[in-house]
Amino acid sequence: MILQDSQGTRMDVRAVIIEQIEKVAKQQQKTLLPLTDDLPLLESGLDSLCLAVIVAVLDDRLGLDPFSGESEAPFPKTVGAFISLYENAV
Amino acid sequence: MPSDRLSLWQLIARAGLPPGRFIEESGGRVAWRDFAAGSSLDVDAAALAGRCVLVWARGQLPAALAAVALDGLVRRIVFCPPDFPEAQLPAAIADAGVDFLLHDGSVAVPAGLPAGRCGTTLTPAPVRPAGTEDTEWVLFTSGTTGRPKMLIHTLPGLTGPLDDGMAVAAGAVWSTFYDIRRYGGLQILLRACLGGGSMVLSDAQESLAAFLARAGRSGVTHISGTPSHWRRALMSPAAGAMAPSYVRLSGEVADQAILNNLKLAYPGAAVAHAFASTEAGVAFDVRDGLAGFPASLLAPGGKIDMRVEDGSLRIRSSRVAVRYIGAQAPALADADGYVDTGDMVELRDGRYFFVGRREGIINVGGQKVHPEEVEAVVNAHPGVRMSRVRGRANPITGAIVAADVVLSPGYEVEAVAAEVLAACRERLPVYKVPALVNAVEALDLGAAGKLSRRA
Repeated sequence: MILQDSQGTRMDVRAVIIEQIEKVAKQQQKTLLPLTDDLPLLESGLDSLCLAVIVAVLDDRLGLDPFSGESEAPFPKTVGAFISLYENAV
Repeated sequence: MPSDRLSLWQLIARAGLPPGRFIEESGGRVAWRDFAAGSSLDVDAAALAGRCVLVWARGQLPAALAAVALDGLVRRIVFCPPDFPEAQLPAAIADAGVDFLLHDGSVAVPAGLPAGRCGTTLTPAPVRPAGTEDTEWVLFTSGTTGRPKMLIHTLPGLTGPLDDGMAVAAGAVWSTFYDIRRYGGLQILLRACLGGGSMVLSDAQESLAAFLARAGRSGVTHISGTPSHWRRALMSPAAGAMAPSYVRLSGEVADQAILNNLKLAYPGAAVAHAFASTEAGVAFDVRDGLAGFPASLLAPGGKIDMRVEDGSLRIRSSRVAVRYIGAQAPALADADGYVDTGDMVELRDGRYFFVGRREGIINVGGQKVHPEEVEAVVNAHPGVRMSRVRGRANPITGAIVAADVVLSPGYEVEAVAAEVLAACRERLPVYKVPALVNAVEALDLGAAGKLSRRA
């Protein structure tokens, strides 16, 4: 899924999310397991604070916050579901 | 209530009336010697005696002159800050029992309320009567949230802090970024009045650069403001226009960065930070150039009593306000007479540090973060002139910490953000580290000179 930002720069949503996950994990000194789609989020090495930061940064970078608004979608359990949530919000 | 205390005017006159002793605003100055035989009011003393007078003026000089004329003469001075909403005036009049409005023409006088004008031009007036009333001073709280509350102070309580060794020989020229209708500003006016000095008032219509230049021209030696006022002043190219010998901070947490920067900007100045609030009065000032205050100040036997309870500083002294007024007025002090300041402190190595306001706490997944403690780390970076740390709603943890920063000239946001975050990670628990750092052009200050925390 490709998203254009306000400057017209094309961004691959999946690539941006993976990059952010790795960046935040490094900042918070968490050891990540290999990021596969079926890896459970809570076993990936990210804690809830990491996820909170990732969601905030993605809101700024992609302009997407799939957790806000009326969406009643269940909280994603896996890395793949987390990425899909953003891809579906585009 | 009859009183044998000296009125404010008597205290000014007792300190001496040399021709060069003045009170000034941007539009001009009044020599206190001329005030001895003049009046800035269009009503005479007989019409005001024993009344409860609300003073309403846009500028500071009309209000200051009015207060000097009224103390000792009227029962109560209600000292209205310039940003007070006119819509709340009827409630304030009712709550405080106001029966006279002294104003500068910028307000519609409520029907049936006796009124007169206050200005800055002196007309010849008979010799001022000696003070006989123990006039109450009603000040408005400077809280950054909620509706302002009215507090009763007495002149002896307001001037209580002036025996701290900072009583200054005649010739001092005091100034403040505060409005003198705020507790912090009134303290400075009273220092100038009682210590024999002059006073340079700021003006809401005047640019910061123009005010700093005027302060320099008028020879300001002693000047106070909030840390936010000072951060702005140091951003101004006109900061060097004045050369004070005494710089004072109060009203917000003074972090080490602003103390260091003031010392650099004004190498000849003693830099002190005071702890004071409209409710609790001045508790103490700290002159060692370090943030926080020594725990030894809590030892019994001082002029004021302090204790820390549930993490917040509590104060009991003769400088504490008498009480709140108004409908549903809360109790000011606890059963032991202590005022809860709502300022949270932490003890580290024999020194207490202010970590923030109780109501300003950001809740990150159940962990508490005070914006001020994060700002203290962010502000330590030379690329940051000013910052505001705030909570940002977050679906995972309820809130996360975000920082808005005003950059110093020549700094790039990416580099500063990376270094600021590295410093935060080194010095703060992980949940207090900002998740986001945004560069902003400017940060708003509220009317009381404190950083506006309502984003």
